[in-house]
Formats: sequence, C-alpha cells, structure tokens
Amino acid sequence: MTVERTMPAGQVGRSVKRLEARKKVSGRAEYVHNIVAPGMLHVKVLRGVHAHARIKSIDTSAAKAMPGVFAVFTGEDIRALVAEPYFGPAFHDQPALALDKVRHFGEPVAAVVAEDPYVAAEAARAIACEYEELEAVLDEVEAMTSPVIVHEVLKPAGMFPDLKHLQGKRHTNIALDYQLRRGDVDAAFAAADHVFEHEFHTQQVMHTPLEPMVSLAIPDGDNLTIHTASQSPSFVRIEIARLLGWPENRVRVKVPHLGGGFGAKLYIKLEALVAFLALLTRRPVKWSLTMEEQFYTITKHASTFRVKSAVTNDGRVTGRRCEVFWNGGAYADIGPRVTQKSGFTAPGPYDIENVSIDSYALYTNRPPAGALRGFGIPQLVWAYESHTDMIARGLGIDPLEFRRKNILREGRPQATGTKLRDAEISGVLEKLAERLEWSKPFDRGTGTIRRGRGIAVGFKASIAPTTSMAIVNIGGDGSATLSMSTVDMGQGSDTAMAQIAAEVLNLETEKIRVVHPDTDTTPYDMATLGSRSTFHMGHAVLRAAEHARAQLAEMAASLGTPDGSNYSFADLFKKKYGMQAGNVVGVGSFIPDYASPARGTGLSDNITPFWMVGGTGVEVEVDTETGRFDVLRMINAADLGRPLNPAIVETQLSGGALMQYGFTRFEEMTFDNGVLLNPSFADYKIPGFNDIPRDIENHIVEARQKSGPFGAKGVGESATFGVSPAIANAIHDAVGVRLTSLPITPEAVFNALRAMEKE
Amino acid sequence: MAAREVAIGFTLNGRPASARVETHHNLVDLLRRFDLFGARESCGQGMCGCCTALVDGVAVSGCLTLALLVDGKSIETVEGLDAGGNLGVVQQAFIDEGAFQCGFCTPGFVLMTCDLLKRNRDPSDAEIRDHLAGNLCRCAAYPEILRAVKAAARRMR
Repeated sequence: MTVERTMPAGQVGRSVKRLEARKKVSGRAEYVHNIVAPGMLHVKVLRGVHAHARIKSIDTSAAKAMPGVFAVFTGEDIRALVAEPYFGPAFHDQPALALDKVRHFGEPVAAVVAEDPYVAAEAARAIACEYEELEAVLDEVEAMTSPVIVHEVLKPAGMFPDLKHLQGKRHTNIALDYQLRRGDVDAAFAAADHVFEHEFHTQQVMHTPLEPMVSLAIPDGDNLTIHTASQSPSFVRIEIARLLGWPENRVRVKVPHLGGGFGAKLYIKLEALVAFLALLTRRPVKWSLTMEEQFYTITKHASTFRVKSAVTNDGRVTGRRCEVFWNGGAYADIGPRVTQKSGFTAPGPYDIENVSIDSYALYTNRPPAGALRGFGIPQLVWAYESHTDMIARGLGIDPLEFRRKNILREGRPQATGTKLRDAEISGVLEKLAERLEWSKPFDRGTGTIRRGRGIAVGFKASIAPTTSMAIVNIGGDGSATLSMSTVDMGQGSDTAMAQIAAEVLNLETEKIRVVHPDTDTTPYDMATLGSRSTFHMGHAVLRAAEHARAQLAEMAASLGTPDGSNYSFADLFKKKYGMQAGNVVGVGSFIPDYASPARGTGLSDNITPFWMVGGTGVEVEVDTETGRFDVLRMINAADLGRPLNPAIVETQLSGGALMQYGFTRFEEMTFDNGVLLNPSFADYKIPGFNDIPRDIENHIVEARQKSGPFGAKGVGESATFGVSPAIANAIHDAVGVRLTSLPITPEAVFNALRAMEKE
Repeated sequence: MAAREVAIGFTLNGRPASARVETHHNLVDLLRRFDLFGARESCGQGMCGCCTALVDGVAVSGCLTLALLVDGKSIETVEGLDAGGNLGVVQQAFIDEGAFQCGFCTPGFVLMTCDLLKRNRDPSDAEIRDHLAGNLCRCAAYPEILRAVKAAARRMR
C-alpha cells in the first residue's frame, strides 16, 4: 500500500471559491426555471381584486372555450380531489385556490392550464368572478379588537406545542399571544427615576428574489416528483404527502440552485397547487410567478412595537415592558413562530432585571407575511435601538456609554432566563465604536448640511429544536460525495459544507461533490432558514464525515495497515475489493438541546443553541432644506464564531446590511383599502448600484462558538439587525429629529424638520 | 389567441440560426428554445437586467425585445463568452472577487461589464456604477461587483 502525504490542513477557514462559480458566471447554473418536462402544461391564475370578499360565482366558460386551453380549475375542483386542501407550517389555513372567500388582494381564485403560457394568461383574464365585498381589517393593532374576523375558526397545524391552545378558537384574529414575565415590572416602574415610552412602526416589504417563485410537478404512476425553488424540500415532501394522504416516499422533491430566497421560498408556497393540478390533469404542470405575483404570495411583517422602560438617574434600565403586534396578513405561514422566536428578544441585548413581553401574531386582510432575513429581529432592533438612543439622549448620557452600562454580558441571563454564552455583544459594540472613532471629535457640518453618527446592535436566537441529517459517500476511487437537503440559494452552503467534510476527510474542498436536495436520496433537513445551516447541518456533515473516516480507519486496520500510518482511500478499496469498487457511507444527524418556553411566563433556561450578534454604525449627512440624506459610511460588525469561509462570510454581511438598507430607506408596499398599489420594480424600488453607501466596511468580530462545528455559527441575517436604527440615530444626531416609522424617506425627514421648527 | 408565426433568421453566438416565432414572443422565449437560459426573465419590465443579451452589439432587455425584431441580426448571450472552454476575462474576475451570490443576475452584470469595457478601458467608480445602474442584484453583491469590474479592466489593459 502506498502511503500518501496528507493534505495541508486548513480547508476550514480558507476563502474557497464557490464550487458552482463557473456555472454561475457562464449562465449555466441550473434553476427550476430552466426545467422543461415533456407534455408540460403552464399555470396562470386569476387573482382576487378585493382585500376581503365572499365569492358569489365563478364563470370559467369563456376561458374553457379558448383554443389551446387544456383545463380551468377553481377551489371547488381542488376540494373534490382533496377534502381539506388547506396547508401551512403553523396553521392549516391556506387553500391552494380560494374557497368561499378571498382574504387578501391578489389571492389565487382560479387556475388555467395550457401548453402555451401566453394562452393560459389570456384565458385567466377571461374568467369572470363575482364577489360580495366585505369589510377588511388591515392594521395589526386594529386587528386585536376588530369585529372583522379573517378566519372563522383557528386551525393550528399541530407541529408546535405552543399553538395547541388555539385549536378551534373563534371570533379572534390573534394567531398567537406569546407572553414573557420575569421579575416584577410594575415594581420597577413604581421605583423608577425616569420612565420612557415610545411606539415604533415598520412597513410591509417583499423579498423580491430575482428568480421569481417557480414549481413543477410531474406525475409518475403512483408517485409525484416536484421540482421547486424551495428552501425547505423536506417540509414540502411531508406537507404534500399529508395533503394527499400518501406516505412520504411517494413524493419526491428536488431543488437545484435558487435565484435568491431570503425566506420567501420557505415551507410550502406554489407546491400544493402544482401537485393538485398535476394529479387532476395527469400532466406535468409548471407554475412560474411573475415579479408582480410574488408580492401577493409572501412578505415581511409590518409591525407596531410599544416599548416602555424604567430607568434610574445614573442610567440603569431596571424594567422594560414590550408590546409587539405583528401584521401576519391573511394566512399565518410561519408568522406565529416569528411572534414567539423573535418576541422573546424584544427587550434587546440588555441586562434588565424586570421584563414583560406580549407579542401577538395577527391575521389581517393583507398579503401573507412570513420569514424574511432576520425573522422579525430587524423590526425589533429598529424599535429597541431607537428607544435606547432616545433614553440616552433624554438623560443626557452618551448613547455608547449608556449601552456599555446596560449591555448583556457573558453569563448573564437574557429575558427568558437563558444565560448568555459565546455572544460578543460588547465585542460588536466596541468594534463599531472603534471604527467610527466615537470618542474623537467629529465634523458635524455647517449651515444646511449637517452630519451625525449612529450606532445600533441586535441579537437573535437560533431556531430550535430542529434536525439536520447528512450523508458522506466515499467511492471506490476515494472521491467523496456529500448529500444533504440544505439549499444553496446564494449563501454558499454547498461550499461551506464541503469545506467541513474536506477538513475531516483530509481532502481538497474543490474535489468534494455536493448533491443538491432530492428527497429520494438526500436525507431530511428541517429547512434552510434562520442562519441555522452552518451550525445544524455543519454538525451533521461533520458527524457524517467522521463516521466515514472511522469506517475507513476500521477498513485499514482490518487490512493490516499499521496504526497511525497514512493511506489513500482508493488503495483501501482496491485492496479490499480487488478492484476500484465499493463504497463507505457515513451518516450524521444533529439536533441541539432546547427547552421550550413555559406557557404563561415564557421562560426557559435553554432557549437557543447559539446567539447571533450583529451591529451597524453609520455616518450620515442631512440637507436640512430638503430632507435629503446620504449615508457616507456604513460599518457592519458581527459575531459569527469562527468564519468557515471568510470571503463568503463578508458577502453575507454586506449583502444582509444592504438588503435592510433598502427596507430602511425606500422599500414599502403601499395599499389603498387593502389594494396593493406598487407590485412591480417600476413602482417598488430595490437598491441598485447608485442607491447604496459608497463606503462600506464589514468586520468579523473575533469569537468562537464553542458548541459550533469548528467554532462556527450562522451569519446570514446578523448584519441586517442594526441598519435601520443606526440610520435613525445618526439622523437624530445630525439634525435633532426622531423618525419612528420605516421607511425613512427624505420626505419623512423633511416633514420632521418642519414640524420641529414649528414647535 | 390568434397566433401568427413568422420565420426569422439570425446569428446566435456566432452560428447561423432560424426559428418560427409568434408575434408576441420575446427574446427570452426565443433563447429558451435554443437551451440558452442565461438570459432570464425576472421583473418583466426591463428594470432589473437579468434578461440582458447583446443584439448587434447593443445590450437589450430580452423581456422587452420582440423575437421577430432580431430577424437578420446577431445575438450574443452569456453562454457565448466561454467559447472554446475558457472563461472570459470578465467572468474570471467575477469569480476571483466573489462578485455574486445566487447567480441569477450574474449573466446580465457580466454582459454589461463586457459592454462597458469595450467602450471604456479604464472606467472610474462612478462610470462603473452608472453603466451597471440598470442591473439589480438582490443579494447586493455590489461592492464585490465593483471590484470585479476594476480587476477585469486592469487585466484587459
């Protein structure tokens, strides 16, 4: 047996180029949008034109009569196939096509299938639907008490224990009421030297992945294959199997590359309708949304956050009461998780003895809201970091000093009671202060051009308890294949996970083949969301690779290889099987420890496997005559443990911050009586090259997640946290006006300046 | 739908090609029929640049260009840039600088960068931003794209 020199260590921590880089720059990366199946039909849907209405009649005769139309379906046709065609991860509340009522503007009402997508679109326009318009509830706070009820009865999915108490509830729009009580908040307020109370708002926005959502279902005898641009292939398989009453193994879900996800492509979206239509037509059925249609499908929660703090004369926060109202839209999607998972961090990364939180998921008649890069955290940080600055200014204390005085430090309990571990909140804060040279004099401008600085930090718990599984398969020539259901939607998971496997197996990362999600062959993974993959799938891959390595070591020992010697995998197989043959299959699975929050108190001593920490500092320049402002410098810092791939991590930091920058400055879905007015890039602006700060720095704060694979943890969302409040705080620093609603447009600044002058 | 098919002939990445198209088909529809998926429809309004292709050397939005208008013209797509199996300078620079994440917008940015560097061998940052202002990247790899364009310009000089 030849003895090979081992690879130099350091696959982890190296800026490996994305494994699929060549395909992406040459236009040859595979997306669902490329896939064509023989005999394929295209779907186009007719969408409802009211925020809330009863469907009186649907006339499909003209559409059916059009040449080239294969068939037209309504919700009743679906109900004939599946008696309870309602889906969703938290509530079984969403029909594939509207039944009896439409609950938001743009809800799918009827579907046309045709071989030619242009014919399908034309025919969809020929469907006549008559409605009886109903009063709508659009605002999240009004939804708490409104007589308008979006769903007659609540139908929790049963997956989450904290939703069970809502089963069968009527006459309410509250899809979850999460409560946390720690210490004695009333006593803290009674004893406070100062009380500060503020209310903040965020607007509804959309992810707008540039690859619009797309799914293709192909019937195959007793089975169904679904090619879908999804972040959660395992969930799609389970949910489609549940809807059809089939075993999981009859549903195959495949996901190639995604052209962006950001939370839009999670759980189940288009898959239910294409599955139903494929069974009804016995043909492959593909549904490709337009950019416009994405705005009706899933969005980011608008929110109202009322926060009240008890503070001592020397600037210690002793109590905080938080009331958060999440505008979930017409279907719950994952909104109740946002309400709870984010809700318990609502008091912010501060050491506060007495805390009370009420976080409400609300149904309204707006397009549904779900996960969007940060899972509710950016909405919360917006409020609590603005509030933090307002308290500091109110007390005449420097905002950085005030944060230092109250910041949550290692080993101290967070609101839930879980002690902070491996979370460099102060490290992030200090990095921002250092880069902004906070303690040095700052040019504040003159005349009508004024400058200011702002800082903000936030933190987020990881999603738990969730499972990841991975398979590492070593072939007879010693080459390695990694199979997993993590979806590479641009964040670089293929590359990072290959690095982990390569490190363990002493191979070169670039030589590892990564198999994309295919539920026939890749094992279960909860989903690609919430920055969980690096930690959860990272552990599963690590274990799978170690399992393979251990079997290879056993094989080597059984073949008489001296202990401790280096050997090539290929030679082992050849020696054992007499030729290039055989496999070693390593499997790994991971689920972190977790203690669910207690009902009523919301407390837990183990609420998360790790904390993500991120912050932003900015310098702004404001024109006091026009309200126009520029962000001159943007500094993002995060604790992500040890970076597995520093170059990809940096693009995650700057990409996350710039996405939130659009949500901060101009993105906003605008409605007139529930009718969406701007569902297109002509009317809904996302950041382009000329819209972003010229000077952007990203910093990885030195840290190690001791429980993480190679010391790493997630990073996809961390840089979104601080962007909005840092900008509001800087504008206040520059010109003395306080903005409490997003987006912060020049017009809003202008109006605030004029209002201040009047006072 | 009363469809009228028209026969067109054109050059596609240097090779002669022909097709029968309906009057409402756009350039993205046409390219898909040749298994070219690099120009892809996203916003459908000519606002995002994902469907960029070059027609007689001029960058166009494929979603707004009717297929029958390319009759007699020469079309270049991103798939034509690595003819012979070697990546173009711009493509390699995008890889070296990590100038993309999901990759959906990348062909458009690559083609527009080629277009810029054909006219301007040493563009300033402002010129790069202006030339690429019609391309959107939701992953916001803009800082990396800026670096990649500058790296490509250096290598081509």
